[in-house]
Amino acid sequence: MSEFKIKNNLKLLIAVAAASALLVGFISIILKNISEKKKEAEAPYHQIVEINDTIDDPAQWGINFPHQYASYLKTVDQIRTRYGGSEALYQTPSKADPRSIVAQSRLEEDPRLKIMWSGYAFSEDFREERGHAFMLTDQELTKRQHFAKQPGACLNCHASTYTAMKKLGDGDLFKGFAQLNQMSYPEARKHVSHPVSCIDCHTPKTMQLRVTKPAFIEGIRTVKETEGIKEYDVNKMASPQQMRTYVCAQCHVEYYFKGQEKRLTFPWKNGFKADQILSYYEQEKFKDWIHKETDAPVLKAQHPEFEMWNMGIHARSGVSCTDCHMPYERVGAMKITDHHVRSPVLNIQRACQTCHRWPEQELKDRIENIQSRTFEMRGVAMDALTSYINDLKQTKNTMEPKKLEQAHDYHRRAQFLLDFVEAENSMGFHAPEETLRLLGLSIDASRKGQVLLKSKTCEPKEKDCGVSGK
Amino acid sequence: MKLHSGHSLIVMIGLLIGTPVGLGTFTFYYANGFSYLSDNPKSCINCHVMNSQFESWKKSSHRAVAVCNDCHTPGGYLTKYAAKASNGFAHSWAFTTGQFKEPIEIKPHNRERVEVSCRNCHSALLESSHFSRQQLKQVTCTHCHSQVGHNK
Repeated sequence: MSEFKIKNNLKLLIAVAAASALLVGFISIILKNISEKKKEAEAPYHQIVEINDTIDDPAQWGINFPHQYASYLKTVDQIRTRYGGSEALYQTPSKADPRSIVAQSRLEEDPRLKIMWSGYAFSEDFREERGHAFMLTDQELTKRQHFAKQPGACLNCHASTYTAMKKLGDGDLFKGFAQLNQMSYPEARKHVSHPVSCIDCHTPKTMQLRVTKPAFIEGIRTVKETEGIKEYDVNKMASPQQMRTYVCAQCHVEYYFKGQEKRLTFPWKNGFKADQILSYYEQEKFKDWIHKETDAPVLKAQHPEFEMWNMGIHARSGVSCTDCHMPYERVGAMKITDHHVRSPVLNIQRACQTCHRWPEQELKDRIENIQSRTFEMRGVAMDALTSYINDLKQTKNTMEPKKLEQAHDYHRRAQFLLDFVEAENSMGFHAPEETLRLLGLSIDASRKGQVLLKSKTCEPKEKDCGVSGK
Repeated sequence: MKLHSGHSLIVMIGLLIGTPVGLGTFTFYYANGFSYLSDNPKSCINCHVMNSQFESWKKSSHRAVAVCNDCHTPGGYLTKYAAKASNGFAHSWAFTTGQFKEPIEIKPHNRERVEVSCRNCHSALLESSHFSRQQLKQVTCTHCHSQVGHNK
């Protein structure tokens, strides 16, 4: 063989070897990738630590579910949306309030709120809500704590309560619930250690959704009873899709503390609508506080997101809270639920565009259109209420008792219906038509109250003198 | 036989070619490569991204009469495999690199393909419908019947 031939053959060999190496390398990469994705799909999680029904520390669960936990931790984010969200504002830490970052004060944004809540703890301190991560600290450090002694019942929805209630009740959740409700806030605080955690919504063995807050278990049973379903057990009878709403509705609802036992109760006996809830409170003769300016026994509405969602088109179409506030996301080959609970406006692509195939800006415009209208009418209702409060304040001492009672009825009604919209965290989006109906009724009550003040007498049979629409 | 340097070269070249072929064949087999040549809808969820599309098809009215390929690939033998190849490449590229927008959305030319498929099977219905030829060009079946193939 000539030298020339060998040289040529060597060249060929090197060329083939290089091509082969590249090809083998490439195929190996593909093989590794396929293998990884197959594994991801087979085992959605790896159990590293054993989770049982006594572990409320989310970090422990997070070891087995790193993706979900990583997104859960993101609820510390503070991002403002046009009509909600929270902005991170600096404050000088003090002994009473060591927070260096807080959210913006709603009272400073709209001083009419101080008049609306005059005499109540909320007129002292009310800030935009921050993410789930802050629920416990923010409640502990609000100035409302100094204004009035807060009950332990508050912690039902500001902490992971499942293990605490189980311990307090010696294994009986409802016994523990009754005990926690009756404690003072500082005493109850000692029994809880985390903001809402994995265990509050998930069964440790199967990760299935479950309801663990007794107030919702009782509340939804009351509702189902009115629908003719007896002894409804939410954890056995609700569908998986319903559970994707019910776990949120454990807290995002209107509530009150019933009786001396301060039992956390959801006022749904007459229905989910604000005026139905108001009629329930009137039957129960319940009041939250006496208004400082008018002496009216009034009510404070609290974050009724579940009730308002119930009145809207998304509920009607079977869309759950989770579908928009915790939409699916893909990690590798896995589909996981985003545990960074937040406004869908910050995540339009996953939250809205799964169903609504319109450009992101178009969807954002639609949302803000609804919210701007609500905001405008909320302002009108707020003006009507504050002007009525002002009028009533000046005339209350010279009014005959019966007429004053009717004037107070109007005040309570106007206040509660407006507050229902104000406290609800969607600026009308969850149910635009219902929101405007409530604001309309509120304005009506304020103005009718003013008419009543100007009228000389009050005739009991005259419908306008009492509280209409009951 | 005496081993010449030429012979050993041929052996080496053979090895160098054989290795990637062997590895490639295994990879193809491991990735259920042959399933992609079939009409089995399960091959469309080999890579899990299509799970929800598969689940919604199972709940749709067409589950008993049409599989994925019936609507999403053309009828002819060659055109069908050409469509499979081009979509297959695009899908594997997207899934391997992770570079794709979610929720996934059908491409315009694939949407047209679906429309053609509707009209292939339902041609009798179209001929008897009160729409004019011109009108039929302006509407798509799935605009109104969006749930017949995938019932969410």
